[in-house]
Amino acid sequence: MNLAIALWLSQDAVTNGAIYALIALALVVVFTVTRVIFVPQGEFISYAALSLATLQAGKVPGTIYVLIGGGILVAALDGLAALRKKSLKFLPGSMLANIVLPLAVAAAAWWSASRPDDLLLQVVVTLAIVTPLGPMLYRLAFQPLANASVLVLLIIAVAVHYVLTGFGLAFFGGEGVRTHMFPDLQFRVGILDISGQSIGVIATSLTLIVLLALLFGRTTYGKALRATAINRVGARLVGISYEFSGRLSFALAALIGAVSGILVSPITTIYYDTGLMISLKGFIGAIIGGMTSYPLAAVGSLAVGFLESYSSFWASAFKESIVFGLIIPVLLWRSLTTHRVDEEDDS
Amino acid sequence: MYRKLLLAMALTIGFAGLAVAQQVTIGLTMGTTGPGASLGINYKNAFQLMPKTIGGYPVKFIILEDKSDPTEAAQNARQLITEDKVDAFMGSVSVPSTTQLAQIANELKTPLIALSPVFLPPEKLEWTFVVPQPTALMMGAVVDHMNAKGVKTVGYIGFSDSWGDIVLKSLEQMAGPVGIKVISNERYARADTSVTGQVLKVMATEPDAVVVGGSGTGGALPQIGLVERGYKKQIYHNHGTVNREFIKVGGKAVEGAIAPTGPLIVAEDLPADNPVKQVALDFTTRYEKTFGPGTRNGFAGYSYDGFLLLDAAVPMAAKQAKPGTPEFRQALRDALENVKNVVGTHGVYNMTAKDHNGLDQRARVLVHVENGEWRLLK
Repeated sequence: MNLAIALWLSQDAVTNGAIYALIALALVVVFTVTRVIFVPQGEFISYAALSLATLQAGKVPGTIYVLIGGGILVAALDGLAALRKKSLKFLPGSMLANIVLPLAVAAAAWWSASRPDDLLLQVVVTLAIVTPLGPMLYRLAFQPLANASVLVLLIIAVAVHYVLTGFGLAFFGGEGVRTHMFPDLQFRVGILDISGQSIGVIATSLTLIVLLALLFGRTTYGKALRATAINRVGARLVGISYEFSGRLSFALAALIGAVSGILVSPITTIYYDTGLMISLKGFIGAIIGGMTSYPLAAVGSLAVGFLESYSSFWASAFKESIVFGLIIPVLLWRSLTTHRVDEEDDS
Repeated sequence: MYRKLLLAMALTIGFAGLAVAQQVTIGLTMGTTGPGASLGINYKNAFQLMPKTIGGYPVKFIILEDKSDPTEAAQNARQLITEDKVDAFMGSVSVPSTTQLAQIANELKTPLIALSPVFLPPEKLEWTFVVPQPTALMMGAVVDHMNAKGVKTVGYIGFSDSWGDIVLKSLEQMAGPVGIKVISNERYARADTSVTGQVLKVMATEPDAVVVGGSGTGGALPQIGLVERGYKKQIYHNHGTVNREFIKVGGKAVEGAIAPTGPLIVAEDLPADNPVKQVALDFTTRYEKTFGPGTRNGFAGYSYDGFLLLDAAVPMAAKQAKPGTPEFRQALRDALENVKNVVGTHGVYNMTAKDHNGLDQRARVLVHVENGEWRLLK
């Protein structure tokens, strides 16, 4: 190994680490607010990348049907709940969000498919397709069992992952895609060629991290999420709906996943099942942060990026073993240094 | 009046009974969902184009789904043999699934047409006949090309799964005797987002050529990485990589990539004296008429070649016994072992007791990416 190789590997590590950091943040948001270890986080990445590629190929992506179908299911559930409560107060809002909005997005997708060169429109439509899937998933799969144990929620999350992967395979097929994004920008710094894409990835990750910090620190919604994260019962007592917090956190997670998918799709090949690997690596980053700390999760994800990059150089056949093996010392260290808080104490 | 009707009905039933007794039943277990889906769909599509008769007898296909799962493939095989009483069966989408099938074929003494490669010792393949080209035959074409170009050292980047192992093993097996050394062995997973480390490691050893042991679009990532880092020498792939999606994903970076494949992919480009040309051209034309232009693929060709092998063997076996009996299955196995000069879409099959694949060098061609398309390398 010489300096040039070390620099190359580091650049690669930072780019990948930035993506893992985004995923880790999303996982931490979802876990702290709803206690769900959100395995399907990666599906948002695959869905966004594959939808964008499909739009760029001039076709309407199949994720539209997931969105419309999910919306109809959610609206039906909300309708039933409204009938049972004999109150139609929330029904118009639900119809608007779950029926009218998906149809509007579908129309936009159809329009965008006929304009294969309009990159900005494609990105906006992709975000609009994937982001609403988050709250829909929460409403369908997790809200009915919001008070179940972490283990039950994890198993539901795994089931949701398989369902979404299945849809992905059905709509996009087994082969991978790449999207074309920024023009092929290359900057030469010393001996390194830095691509426009990797700068885009890092800049977007940093921006999102700052925005998240502002959201949680400065806004009422962010504070509501934090309150739910710290103590669900207490939050309810002061009038914060855990359902609302759950939906908001899932929407954030889906948005972050979609952004990550759009960011990585020009620099790597994305398959219908790529998301799981990326989200598992983000998960290790989040574990390093104890599933609660945003800065530690970001640092942990960066560490995963470095470990992955250097082990792919030294022992590529054992790369995944090395990366996932990291979780054992981290868990040991965390269980030895932190006091265990019984998860059911506060529910 | 009634009598006439009854007579007609009796005759119809009688003929139907006669037809059933003389009908050949072929089973198929295939994975068109699950991890092998993208290949399995192609294998299965070919069955829409199969003739109505096999070796002069009416043929009935029974198609079961195994979700690319070896356990389900095995269950399907048992069901096909014990309940549907098939005369022979075909399958499946992956090496592990087909390995299971080969064992059941031996156990229940029913001929199996293996549609994906199987890596078992010959005694375990007694009832199995393998359609696809052995990997060593394919990689041999790559090694021949390297040898002609004076390549002495080869770098290897392959999948971190059994496919990566198989390609490497075949490459080393063929390269060793002609003095070409494989000097690196780097691995990556299909879903990896980056192969920078592996690419740097391979380039640090300065090989004369690089072989990528991936498949489909998965093969594009290392080549893109190598080209981005300025690797200028030849990059080779294997036959698992030859499809349109590979070029779509790889774009300009995969221009010039060389890979071995079955002749049907470039049927039009084959010289007129190539024995495979007519069969391959005929099949690809019919296939693309049904499934759309550019949909041709080697996997559908394997299904069709499997049918052609049975088509050649059934008349021989029918001289010994009636379809639907254990004696017929035994006779069919023996006949399959002796089929000669069966021209398929992938090559010319000459089975022997020792070689249950029977393909030779006519079953492979080298192709390269030229202006965004796979073309015959001349």
